[in-house]
Amino acid sequence: MTTATQKIVPFDEAITRYDPVMGLEVHVELNTATKMFCGCATAFGAEPNTQVCPVCLGLPGALPVVNAKAVESAIRIGLALSCDIAEWCRFARKNYFYPDMPKNFQTSQYDEPIAFDGYLDVEVPLEEGGTRTVRVEIERAHMEEDTGKSLHVGGATGRIHGADHSLLDYNRAGIPLIEIVTRTIHVPAELAPAVARAFVTQLRDLIVALDVSDARMDQGSLRADVNLSLSPKDSGVLGTRSETKNVNSFRSVERAVRYEIGRHAGVLDAGGSILQETRHFHEANGSTSAGREKSDADDYRYFPEPDLAPVAPSREWVEELRGTLPEPPSERRRRLQAEWEFSDLDMRDTVGAGALDLVAATVAAGTTPAAAKKWWLGELARRANEDGTDLADLPITPEQVAAIQGLIDAGRVNDKLARQVFEGVLAGEGTPDEVVSTRGLEVVSDDGALGDAVDRAIEANPDVAQKIRDGKVQAAGALIGAVMKEMRGQADAGRVRELVLEKLS
Amino acid sequence: MSSALSREDVAHLASLARISLSEDELDRLGAELPAILDHVAAVQGVVESAGEDVAPMSHPVPVANVMREDVVRPGLTPDEALSGAPASEEQRFLVPKILGEE
Ligand SMILES: [Zn+2]
Repeated sequence: MTTATQKIVPFDEAITRYDPVMGLEVHVELNTATKMFCGCATAFGAEPNTQVCPVCLGLPGALPVVNAKAVESAIRIGLALSCDIAEWCRFARKNYFYPDMPKNFQTSQYDEPIAFDGYLDVEVPLEEGGTRTVRVEIERAHMEEDTGKSLHVGGATGRIHGADHSLLDYNRAGIPLIEIVTRTIHVPAELAPAVARAFVTQLRDLIVALDVSDARMDQGSLRADVNLSLSPKDSGVLGTRSETKNVNSFRSVERAVRYEIGRHAGVLDAGGSILQETRHFHEANGSTSAGREKSDADDYRYFPEPDLAPVAPSREWVEELRGTLPEPPSERRRRLQAEWEFSDLDMRDTVGAGALDLVAATVAAGTTPAAAKKWWLGELARRANEDGTDLADLPITPEQVAAIQGLIDAGRVNDKLARQVFEGVLAGEGTPDEVVSTRGLEVVSDDGALGDAVDRAIEANPDVAQKIRDGKVQAAGALIGAVMKEMRGQADAGRVRELVLEKLS
Repeated sequence: MSSALSREDVAHLASLARISLSEDELDRLGAELPAILDHVAAVQGVVESAGEDVAPMSHPVPVANVMREDVVRPGLTPDEALSGAPASEEQRFLVPKILGEE
């Protein structure tokens, strides 16, 4: 089947004839200092093969030892998702041969996950306004390790296709991962894409609150897989599923679900059958393309890992960790909405944009909730949308946003100049203060310079000046505009107005 | 003695192990592999005769919770790591082109 002959049914049409059957898998890379089974560092972006040892390179005779902190993080994630925590569980070898896995097996968990049977209640923004709470059931959360990174050489743009050979960096191999698997999510078809996005967004909020991962989708420390099949409406017949791998932004999760629903519908309408395969998502046009055809689960020949002792978390430890959990997300949302005095709509927009933590951190840095929301959901949301990225992945921190608002409050820049400060910070020109000074953005509040500009404006517009002298204060706008133009926007408009009125009183 | 494995079974096992086998080898291994399966069957027999009183073990010593603190320990230098590699480039392990994938 080639892309050229593939018909994508529009989403709205597809869901009149089919019900999506959807499940999500999210991989969370933990922020432990060391790897899952060895003492190698886990820093992101280190020089290739500088964080490796005999264990994570799979050299003969090397013995793995479990990272206690990783187990602790796994239990905390499980508890935060209202899971049961296993009294006793083991690791298992998942056997496959691929160069990014130097041991020729991945140490994972099979039928004994550390956490199971939980749920996350997510607030799903509705198109007609308001939100709907959907309970996403969690089947399991288990511990495993990440793979190395391949660089495919010789083909186009680093893809496998057409590559002559591949280069492997094993710094990432062995970094602890928690894989969170949902049960089938039952929601009205039209909600499926929004539910998928809301789940991943709010799961990320939870992971961040737990402080167990950087949870950066753009850096791959949080990765989502979308499993989807279609069932002809009211038929009860289950379709074959596709697994769209490593979708790397919240927005893309939603797009991937929409696209796959349309693609499956196109294949099924034409009397074709869906291949059980993995799919790659393409950010540029929101489509997916065929990856590897799935082999049966049995092909991984799982068996218990003989080199690792079982993990049997005592109930005392589990309860102690339960005591360290952050406030549950739904309670936290209710509390913040009250504290911030946000309307339901404000809150829905904030949560929906994935801006809850960003606004909270900006408020914590001293900005009013309204101003924090204004920037994150205005200027910055626009920018994220243009760049096709998530808000949290923009190269600006809540502290910097608060600093820019601080500049406005102090009268050092006006709103218009502030936008240029945002531009500069996003372009990597430094802190807000540095951008103001290198770009020369500070407003002129020096009365001498402003007064001269006002005098010149009065001289150039004698008619307007006379109107103001006659009491037509609203005419001042024209003079203020002239002064602002002369000062290239770098003046405090309020102060200019005062000076104009003073001089013409 | 178990009966011979089908050529399809042997070919499937070979593909999972990423081993390429000739037609002759497929036939020969189809006849030889059952001997290995018989050895495993002997172990299976022990498990069955022990019954439910004896749980299967995955580890020879009945210990649990062998863990280490999350403290970085020195590993290998890149030169040491790559010293056993048949080929390397840009401080990375060089592996042949990966077949069978898009
Ligand atoms: Zn290591």
